[in-house]
Order: sequence, then structure tokens, then C-alpha cells
Amino acid sequence: MRYFLRRLIQAAFLLTGVSILTFLFSTLAPGNYFDEMRLNPQISPETVAALRAQYQLDQPLPLRYGRWVNSVLHGEMGFSFAYNSPVRPLLWTRARNTLLLTLSATLIAWALALPLGVLSAATRGRLPDRSLSWATAAALVIPDLVFALALLILAVRSGWFPTGGIVSVGFESLSPIQKFLDLASHMALPVLALVFSALPALLRHVRAAVREVLDAPFLRAAASHGIPRRILLYRYALRAAANPLISLFGFSIGALLSGSLLVEVVMSWPGLGPLLLESILARDLYVVIGGVLFSTIFLVAGNFLADIFIYWADPRIRTGKAAR
Amino acid sequence: MQPLLIVENLEKRYEGARRLGAKNKAPALRGVSFSISPQSTFALVGESGSGKSTLAYCIAGLERATSGNIKLDGNEITELDPKRLRVLRPQIQLVFQDPARSLNPRFSAVETVSEPLLVQGRMGKQEREDRARAVLSQVGIPQEKIPLRAEEFSGGQRQRLAIARALVLEPKLLILDEALSALDCSVQAQIANLLLELQSSLGLTYLFITHDLAMAGHLADEIAVMESGKIVEMGAAEKVLREPEQETTRRLIAATPRLDIAAGQPQGL
Repeated sequence: MRYFLRRLIQAAFLLTGVSILTFLFSTLAPGNYFDEMRLNPQISPETVAALRAQYQLDQPLPLRYGRWVNSVLHGEMGFSFAYNSPVRPLLWTRARNTLLLTLSATLIAWALALPLGVLSAATRGRLPDRSLSWATAAALVIPDLVFALALLILAVRSGWFPTGGIVSVGFESLSPIQKFLDLASHMALPVLALVFSALPALLRHVRAAVREVLDAPFLRAAASHGIPRRILLYRYALRAAANPLISLFGFSIGALLSGSLLVEVVMSWPGLGPLLLESILARDLYVVIGGVLFSTIFLVAGNFLADIFIYWADPRIRTGKAAR
Repeated sequence: MQPLLIVENLEKRYEGARRLGAKNKAPALRGVSFSISPQSTFALVGESGSGKSTLAYCIAGLERATSGNIKLDGNEITELDPKRLRVLRPQIQLVFQDPARSLNPRFSAVETVSEPLLVQGRMGKQEREDRARAVLSQVGIPQEKIPLRAEEFSGGQRQRLAIARALVLEPKLLILDEALSALDCSVQAQIANLLLELQSSLGLTYLFITHDLAMAGHLADEIAVMESGKIVEMGAAEKVLREPEQETTRRLIAATPRLDIAAGQPQGL
């Protein structure tokens, strides 16, 4: 329990630190949302000044940070200048779409990386390992953007998949199964692009972690007791290699919100990515800060989840002796 | 008496990296032949890289020999399929050099020792635990330490745990792969005495792999000296130590430190 309490306190400090830094950097960056209005001769300088005052941009930085923290505690996370609405509901609607995409992609990528990584480690230097090594190297050097564009071209040319949005027009009138299929067909391309971008690195991590433990004498001893190869690999080697992989899993959850930015923009997925990009370009300050805070919360939650998994998976952590 | 283990013309080549389309095979064992009588200790000595551990892994079925024969109790084991090898495996057990790495860090002592029984599908849970406790007591692990995990034991006790894990399947042949090398001198002596006691009480046969000729002389009935994957000298332990015929053996004997108290200097054996 003390272990989790310590982690929670660390998480609170991290969130506070990130919020201060993000607030500081975003505020100190040159220009703000109302600067472009000054170029418009139809808007008087007094009106711009009144708007700045209305949104408290003329207040000192610590006071603005204090008001923003108060707004976070009341569940609003500031106010969007562009959308004229509180930031949290705005971000949350988009974040849900992003999560749908990235959670599916992460689960698929891990579901493929684990067996393929174990296969690669178990066949070191032989054909399956060499093929996977070449394939991952090729996938790593192809930029995600190029692959996403290639998928998009394929979708446009073939007409097999929809090329943007999350659901079709008339989605509400479909039966539950048709709704599921419609959503799945919209998700297929962006999920494929995300899996393609995440899988090679995950596969190589799994391979390296399992490879390292496969030579451990305790696994050789287990083999000499007559354990079938498959059980040796999945129940013994993978479990022994699990700690760094669980940490990586936590980290990949942390990267869920920010990782799909590029793919969402290219594939026109109405997630957090396009919103954040628009907000950064428009200098919609509190949306940008809210987006970063959302990402940090995910990072913290992912690491916390990883800590729970490691605690559950490794008896040495439970008695605080893993570091020996 | 019929030998327990017969090794004939054993060859092992590891496949190296492909270079210009040709397979580069490095010979690790070259025509190794020897036999071990039941309830005796056969020591394999040699420098690092001489092929001792490869030989041990081939005999234990962890590596497949390129050619040659290994017979245990009259049964040829080199050509067995995985299923039949699995049945035979409990008869040959290994104790490794590094007790810290040879035990699963997640297992308690009793789990470590009962695990081979679980793998072999022998006994119910309670029976397995009782058997594990009995073997742990046999190798001198105190009852109160049984719930602890391997990392909470000292080096010598970990090696006792590893020996208990090997013994629980009641093997005929125990391969001790540098099993004393990582221990300090006093613990080495304790484990060596434990091995001798277990041999006389359980009728075990040992294949003792070491680079320490002094310890080989203490434990073994026969010694074989390996160099570059070949046995270059073999015979009764006393004869090999007292009248070495090969330069390799003489070099190993000369490299073995001996504390000569009268002279106050460590000298050759």
C-alpha cells in the first residue's frame, strides 16, 4: 500500500510540475489568440483590449495560473477562445475518439508483438528471426507519414475503406451490428497505420527482453526438467522478461493521446490531434495546455497501471527486494 | 559392471553466421568418447572454451549433438523425439555454476524444488511440497528458510537449493557444471562434502565439470582432460594427477594453487 501511496504522491508532483511548465512556456511564447484581431481594421484596439481583459490575459502570470488551477479543480480546465466553451468537455469528446483509435491499435500491436517477438527470440539467427528482423528494419525506416499516405491512396483508389471521419452519414439509423461494422471500417486504416508505426519497436523490445533471459541457467534447468518448449517460452521466459515490457506497456499507454496526432490529421480522424494542431496554430492557449495536461495524466495513469501490473507479476516487488 | 553413461564419438558444431553464402561451422566437440560407471564420479577438466559445458548440455539433452552416440543405462538418447526425451530427462539433472542465476528469482525455496515434479506431472500439490521439504532438509536447508525466495539465501545455500532441485526427480546422473567454482573455499568444502554424502546415501553418479584439478582429485574416481573439444588424457584420478602424460594436463596441474605453509608460498599441486 505504501508503494502505491508513494507512486500517487510522485504522480501529483509530476502533474503540478508539468502544468506549471506548460503554462509558463505557452504563455511566454510570442503572440496570443487576439493578436491577429489587431490586424483587422474593423476591430478597434479598444475591443481587442476589452477581450484580453475579459479572458484575463492582462493579469499577471501567477494570478492567471492560480485561476486556471481553480478552473481545473472545478472540472473546466480553462476556456477556449476559438470554441467559446470550457476546455474539458471539448477535449474529452475528442480524446474519446483518440482513445478508441489508439487503444485498439495498442492492443493489436501488443497482441502481435508478443508472439512474434518470442518467435524471433526463440529462433535466433534462423529464418523466422532473420525475416522478422528485416521486416522490422524496413518498417522502422519507412516514415509513418508515408505509410499513412500510402494507405489513404489505396483506400481512395480501391474504395474499400472510407477515407475520413469516424462514422458514415445516417449512422444513427443503422442496426447495432451495422453500427459496429461502420465504425470498424472507419477505424481500419488509422488503426493499421498506428499498428505499423508501433509494432516494429515493440517487437524488437520483446525479442531483446526474451532473448536475454533465454540463456539464463534457471531456464536451462527448467528445460532439463522436461518442460515443453512452448510452456518454457511463454510461461517462464516471457514472465522473466516481463518487467521491462510492462514498463514499456505503461509508457505506450502514456503515448496514446499524443502518438496518433499525425495519423489523425492525415486520415481526418476527429480526435485530439487535429484539435491540438488547430489550437497551437490559433494560439488557443488553454486548449493547448489542457491537451498537454491530458497527455500527462495518461502518462501518469499508464505508468501507474504498469506499476500495478509489475507489483502483481513480480513477487520480489511485493516484498521490496527486486532491486537487490 | 555395465557403465551408466556411454559417450561415443560425439561431435558438436555450432552454426555460425552465413558468410558469402557458406555456413561457417565452429567445432565445439570433436570425437569425444568416454564412459562412467554407476555410483562413481567422472571429472571433466579443461580450460575455458575447451567444450566441457557443451558436452554437458549434449548429455543433458539441452543441445543436440551433430553426430555420435550417448547411451544412458543402455538407452540411446541422441535420436529421441522431444516426447520420449521428456520422459528420460529426469534421469539426468544439472547443477550450474552460478547459483544466483540458476534459480528462478520469483520462486520460493519450496516452489523451486517442487517445480520439476510439477513439470513432470508427478504427485498432488501437498505431496510435491512434502517431497520438496524432505529433499531440502536432506541438503541442509533449515525448515524456517523454506518459504524464502532464492535471492534471500547465501551463495552456498543457493547451491544447496540447486542441488535439491536436481535431486527431487531422483536422477541417476547428476552433471555438476562448475558447480563449486563460484563459491568461496569454505563453502566449496561444505558443498563437496554434501555431494560425497549424497553419493553414498543415494547411490548417485556424478559428471563433475571443473577447471579446478585439486577439487577434481578430491571428488573424482576418473579424470578426463579436454582441450579444443577433444579428450586429450583420461584415466584414474590419482594416475592422471601424479603421472600426467599430456602437456595440457601438466599445465593445468601447474596452474592449480596449493598453499605450502612450511614455505609460506602458494605453489603448484
